[in-house]
Amino acid sequence: MPEGKLCNKTPINTKEELQALLSDKSGKQYYEEMKHLDVDQEKLWGTIQKTLKSRLKTWLEICAHCGLCSDSCFLYLANNKDPKQVPSYKVQSTLGEIVRRKGKVDNDFMHYVMETAWSKCTCCNRCGMYCPFGIDMGIMISYVRGLCFGQGFVPWEMKIGSGMHRVYRAQMDITTEDWVETCEWMAEEYEEDWPGLEIPVDKQNADIIYTVNAREPKHYPEDLAEAAILFHMAGENWTVPSMGWEETSLAMFAGDWEACKLQVESVYDAMKRLNAKKMVVTECGHAYRATVVEGPYWAGLESGQTPIPSFHYVEWLAEALRTGKIKIDPAKKIKEPVTYQDSCNYIRNAGLGDVAREIMSYIAEDFREMEPNREHNFCCGGGGGFNGIGLYREQRNTGLKVKRDQILKTGAKLVVSPCHNCWDAIRDLEEVYKVGIRWSFLKPLIIEMAIVPEHLKPQEEEA
Amino acid sequence: MYEFVTGPLAWLAFGIFFIGVIVRAVNYIRGLDWKLDRVAYGANPSHGARGAIRSIFFWLVPFGTRSWRFYPGMTVLFFIFHFGLIFTPIFLRAHNMLLAERWGFSLPTISDPVADILTIAVMVAGLFLILRRIALPEVRILTTAYDYLLIAIAIAPFLTGFLAFHHVGDYRFWLITHILAGEIMLIAIPFTKLSHFVLFFCSRAQIGMDYGIKRGGLKGKDLAW
Ligand code: SF4
Ligand code: SF4
Repeated sequence: MPEGKLCNKTPINTKEELQALLSDKSGKQYYEEMKHLDVDQEKLWGTIQKTLKSRLKTWLEICAHCGLCSDSCFLYLANNKDPKQVPSYKVQSTLGEIVRRKGKVDNDFMHYVMETAWSKCTCCNRCGMYCPFGIDMGIMISYVRGLCFGQGFVPWEMKIGSGMHRVYRAQMDITTEDWVETCEWMAEEYEEDWPGLEIPVDKQNADIIYTVNAREPKHYPEDLAEAAILFHMAGENWTVPSMGWEETSLAMFAGDWEACKLQVESVYDAMKRLNAKKMVVTECGHAYRATVVEGPYWAGLESGQTPIPSFHYVEWLAEALRTGKIKIDPAKKIKEPVTYQDSCNYIRNAGLGDVAREIMSYIAEDFREMEPNREHNFCCGGGGGFNGIGLYREQRNTGLKVKRDQILKTGAKLVVSPCHNCWDAIRDLEEVYKVGIRWSFLKPLIIEMAIVPEHLKPQEEEA
Repeated sequence: MYEFVTGPLAWLAFGIFFIGVIVRAVNYIRGLDWKLDRVAYGANPSHGARGAIRSIFFWLVPFGTRSWRFYPGMTVLFFIFHFGLIFTPIFLRAHNMLLAERWGFSLPTISDPVADILTIAVMVAGLFLILRRIALPEVRILTTAYDYLLIAIAIAPFLTGFLAFHHVGDYRFWLITHILAGEIMLIAIPFTKLSHFVLFFCSRAQIGMDYGIKRGGLKGKDLAW
């Protein structure tokens, strides 16, 4: 059977197809069908010939097989230095082999490639900093994911995720109505405590257009309320778009480049439509990476920049604290030892390490760095889609060990983690290894610590 | 024979080497694609240049990067090997005598004992690189016969030159073999992985531009290599 009903080379483009995939619990039938999926060798080789240019080709060719990248990879360390986890090996045995065989690979081989691309690499890009040639296996594996996606060899959740973006322009099934209603609901819900609190939708010419991760409206709408409270406190002129509010990209994790483009264009359209001065995105690492760092390239913007200047939440917050738009009550600063999880996507891959330290300097009395830290930090263990793939849950749990040990070494029990993936990974590592740590986004911490200006407090009713 | 290997064959080898490395570099640069690589090379030349220079510089300094500091043993081997490999033949007295005789000019030279030490150092470092490939599982799994061949190509001119210089056995034989080995290496550079002679700089510059432009550079943040 060449093409399965659920597992095939065609991406999801309709609600019905999405529904069919979703109702196949844990992708049982999907993975069964994958065992019989044909490899379109001509297409595979054709794609490689068109897209494997200077950079990737040279990396593949000149890799000196020196192994200096080994210890840079957290999955190599977490798996007791299994040589099969050496970054170079993971690429040479997949992409290298496909190129050597000029695309003539079979179903079994593609299963190995898929497993490697999604369970042995989170595309954290750390190895690229340790290779004398600067060979970035994270970029290579991401490229491999694209090849896999084109052949239908993609984990079930990733196929669903990219389908969601294609159908809903969000990683989850949230319609424009759902989103707008959630905004209204949250504003109402918190208005009593915060008189005048608003979540303005589609306001023109605001200073800030705020965008989120779909998990927030879907699973933690309070996060949206917290963002509103902090903007309110800081006196910002802000808005959210009714369409183009989602910054994440499971399509990026899936290697579905076409969906990546569709997704970021929806956000760029909102930027232009509402004519805001700048964009701020919630505490999510890959959302920022996808929409701000990589997105302009998918959308074909030669400047490499988003249509309006775009900032991660930590940048906005650092500025608000620096300029005194939000003031911290010194008595309420975090007293206990606290550490910070540097997200690969906005620290290593976007240079925001100093910004994170600046925030910690305003809010923590005993800030402890993990070792290594900043751009050299290890992946949380759940990046690149790893958290979300049931098939590789065990491998993911093993991968969490490195982060667990890093956190424990700091002696801190509280981990500030302004990234959804890191946040999840740390939550799961506590669940699996029970080491007694807590974790938090910044928003709830800041709300607890901020000095609320008198005029923003609810007025006591005159009795 | 001597006339042939130091005459037409030498011309050929040097010609292939020089043209070859230029072609490799030009092809590399022409193959860069801002959209595929997702790096806006053209839009941000000064950030790109800064990133590229930093990326090359720190890696040329022994212990200049975290990776070099993490593997001190390998770093020492690596720098001795590469330094000896490039420095020795260029400043060797005998090579420069030949140069003066044929082309009427020469470079400053190092004394013969220094050359001897460098030559031995290259060979010993090479030997350790081979042992490392056998001993360490993470390197063994990557290693192919091709990797050994490349080390052999790189060490051969040193071993044969050493034997010839010290008149071990048949001088003429070792001299000719030495010259041939050197020419094989020159010709191999553009066609094999030894092309990293030039592609090292290209690749480092590229990843430097990537960080210098896209991944933090425009935020004014230099990557701590
Ligand atoms: S460090 Fe670089 S050159 Fe060495 S094996 Fe790893 S990827 Fe290849
Ligand atoms: S990108 Fe990260 S996870 Fe992937 S091979 Fe490199 S270090 Fe390992």
